[in-house]
Amino acid sequence: MKIVGKSVPKTDGLAIATGKPVYTEDLAPANALIVKILRSPHAFAKIKAIDKTKAEKLAGVECVLTYEDVPAVRFGTAGQTYPEPSPYDRLILEDIVRYVGDEVAIVAAVDEETALKAMKLIKVEYDVLEPVLDFEKAAGHPSVIHPEKDLHCNFDIGMQQDKNIACTHKVQVGDVKKELQNCHVVIEETSYIHAVSQAMMETFRAFSHYDHLGRLVVVSSTQIPFHVRRILARALQIPASKIRVIKPRIGGGFGGKQTAVVECFAALVTMKTGQPAKIVYDRKETFGCTNSRHAMRIKVRLGADKDGYIRVVDMEGLSDTGAYGEHAPTTFSVVGQKTLPLYSKTRAVRFEGNVVYTNKLPAGAFRGYGAPQGAFALENAVNKLADELAMDPCEIRAKNVIKEGEKSLVYITEGLVSSTLHKCMEKGKEMIGWDEKYPRRQEGNKVRAVGMAVAMQGSGIADIDTASATVRLNDNGDYSLFVGSADMGTGSDTILTQMAAEILQTPLENITVHAADTDISPFDPGSYASNTTYVTGMAVVKAAEDLKRRIIESAAGFLLVSPEEMEFTGDMVQMVDGKRKISLKEIAERLTIGVNPRQLVGNASHGIPISPPPFVAGFAEVEVDKETGKTDLIQYVAVVDCGKVINPNLARIQAEGGLAQGIGMALFEDVRYDARGKMKTNSFMQYKIPGRKDVGKIRVSFEESYEPTGPFGAKSIGEVVTNTPAPAIVHAVYNAMGVRVTDLPITPEKLVIRSL
Amino acid sequence: MQIEVILNGKEVVLDVKEDELLADTLRAHRLHSVRKGCNTTCCGLCTVWVDGRPVLSCATLSVRVQHKQITTMEGVSEDAEEFARILVSEGADQCGFCNPGFIMTVLAMKNELHNPTEEEIIHYLTGNLCRCTGYMGQLRAVKKYLGVA
Ligand code: FES
Ligand code: FES
Repeated sequence: MKIVGKSVPKTDGLAIATGKPVYTEDLAPANALIVKILRSPHAFAKIKAIDKTKAEKLAGVECVLTYEDVPAVRFGTAGQTYPEPSPYDRLILEDIVRYVGDEVAIVAAVDEETALKAMKLIKVEYDVLEPVLDFEKAAGHPSVIHPEKDLHCNFDIGMQQDKNIACTHKVQVGDVKKELQNCHVVIEETSYIHAVSQAMMETFRAFSHYDHLGRLVVVSSTQIPFHVRRILARALQIPASKIRVIKPRIGGGFGGKQTAVVECFAALVTMKTGQPAKIVYDRKETFGCTNSRHAMRIKVRLGADKDGYIRVVDMEGLSDTGAYGEHAPTTFSVVGQKTLPLYSKTRAVRFEGNVVYTNKLPAGAFRGYGAPQGAFALENAVNKLADELAMDPCEIRAKNVIKEGEKSLVYITEGLVSSTLHKCMEKGKEMIGWDEKYPRRQEGNKVRAVGMAVAMQGSGIADIDTASATVRLNDNGDYSLFVGSADMGTGSDTILTQMAAEILQTPLENITVHAADTDISPFDPGSYASNTTYVTGMAVVKAAEDLKRRIIESAAGFLLVSPEEMEFTGDMVQMVDGKRKISLKEIAERLTIGVNPRQLVGNASHGIPISPPPFVAGFAEVEVDKETGKTDLIQYVAVVDCGKVINPNLARIQAEGGLAQGIGMALFEDVRYDARGKMKTNSFMQYKIPGRKDVGKIRVSFEESYEPTGPFGAKSIGEVVTNTPAPAIVHAVYNAMGVRVTDLPITPEKLVIRSL
Repeated sequence: MQIEVILNGKEVVLDVKEDELLADTLRAHRLHSVRKGCNTTCCGLCTVWVDGRPVLSCATLSVRVQHKQITTMEGVSEDAEEFARILVSEGADQCGFCNPGFIMTVLAMKNELHNPTEEEIIHYLTGNLCRCTGYMGQLRAVKKYLGVA
């Protein structure tokens, strides 16, 4: 292969690195109204009255909207394929506020100063209610967070509104109780995964205006342009055909922008005023009023036989979805999907539990989407089991993890097609020097120790998400590639272009990629669930092949020979014996002039019945100061099986970035609230993402497998890499200090107090 | 009020409010490379040079740069592009939102430090956060650029 598998630079790399105006805010019209949101100071309250007359009278204020001015139809903001499993439990504005920061009024003015002034002039009277802040006490709490009668679920997700239970989930195969009795060792471990924030550098933002046809144009930094269009249509009660959503360059998403957070506010202002409107969240709003990872408690019971084969995996979870239920059922079910198949020698498995509402920031999608929570709980338990059996943790995994061709009791029931996880573990051990370093070495007050974990993810959502792609041969013999996915900076546009270029045997520069604009792009669910390379990629491969076939057919027509005799060389179509040929440029010209033209377009859609898992083996080396409890990460080694690596440089950076986020989750990051439900960590002063000095040395390596259902053998990489740092670092710290911190983050205080 | 500054090598007069921050003034002047990521002096995205030294423009009052030289990435486009090419060839540009502030700091570091060690590089750049890359690729690019790889 000439282009696939090569580290070509990102096609848009230079423009974004040199600060060209390519992001949403750079493109907003200068005369756009500035939209600001007045927010609730209370965690739970009923609005008794709002007086906006003074604010409306302020010069420069164009509109002030309250719950009385918005459509009375509930919707959800989760960017998911219709019919969304997430409940429709929101109104754009409502007379109940459910967390500190919930929207109370929308203000639009000619400039920011005026908008802020106007917000101060709005008088709101609240009836303050008792909030539900502890997710372990939410089910059956006397305060009911969603008492409304018109809450709607597209299907039965086990919602019990009066009990604050947003949904329930259960999957079980085999007789857990009976199998546990047959086990030689049974261990139990409860892990708490805290809420963490996506903290992408470009905060949420969008602008909107009417075009010459009176259609609403919304430009947004989003991962899900097509879902945004559908969500807006429902929320604003206008036909989707009247809405166009455009996604420019995005300054990071990490799942946060898989939720339609801001678009409807700008759009509503444009609808009410007819004017362009722009909303840009500041950092405080992005931390406090958008979404975060779901906090969860997961109890794991593992049973193993004498030889160390894991026979039972029993997991019970509780998830905190906060004030609204976007992504509530799906993140929770992913906990089971991405853990239960991993150890495949089981005889019984179970995952069950509830997702509850609380009066806190809504949870949403964040890289890994339940899998990091599940992996943390499961891997903590497996490391504990290894201890109990006095086995090397690498050995117990080598015995138990699923191999190519093997089935699991759930989810991978037809047999796993591709995996090099065993090789990943071997290589990782070598890279970190496991055999010399495990479990610890001590020098004075400092202990150095290693720990490890493995994890899997998926590639796209089986049986649900499908993507389409279009490739067009232009009049000059160059190509345009149209996709609806959203490159968040990872380079997916480049990777998709590499795939098309490989098939069309043309240099990268000959293909211009366009993504995404709902008026122009073919349908794509958007970029999430690690689906772009795998799902959209396959659509691109098929579309390019479709176009190639058409080019050959056209050439054969021009030369009056049969297509079977022709071959495509990238810039020529020629007879196999080389006797007659026609250049691509000439074909393109002939197809775009005269009386019988037919410009060629290759089209394809691709849906998938499976979600092949990528795998990762992660190894941490830490140094812990026994006196102060301070933990320094010395190095983190990850070896990844993402199938064929389409662009090694981009894959490596994506892995390094995902690992850094996992490291942050393990050691520093923590969304915290005060006793009244106000978020304490809504700036980078309090919410600590890792800086350059905090990540140690991150080293990434690949063990390629070949996934026949993926484009050129590829699986996904975006999410899987986030899953191992937390459990591996917990394990390393345990090996250093003898304290297993199963409630993140690992702070010096926790370590010192618990090691006493 | 009005301030006179040398902005990217040109004398200009800017109309600013008393409490206006340099980051906002520059963006309003259509210098799109200047970005804000935090407003609390934590992220480094808003880094520009004042009289050749990197400062956080989100924490600098515009009135205080009267008569000073302000440089944004637009004013050092050739040097910026030279480094950006290396960054992009490493694949370390990712979402790119942090890049202008980061690159302005890297270019300043090049002027200030000679043959820096890896530790010195990391220390100099500590104030520049990046959520996408995990920093390793940026370090590889910086070392290549400085010829200390
Ligand atoms: S915006 Fe200035 S340091 Fe973050
Ligand atoms: S590249 Fe995205 S924040 Fe640095």
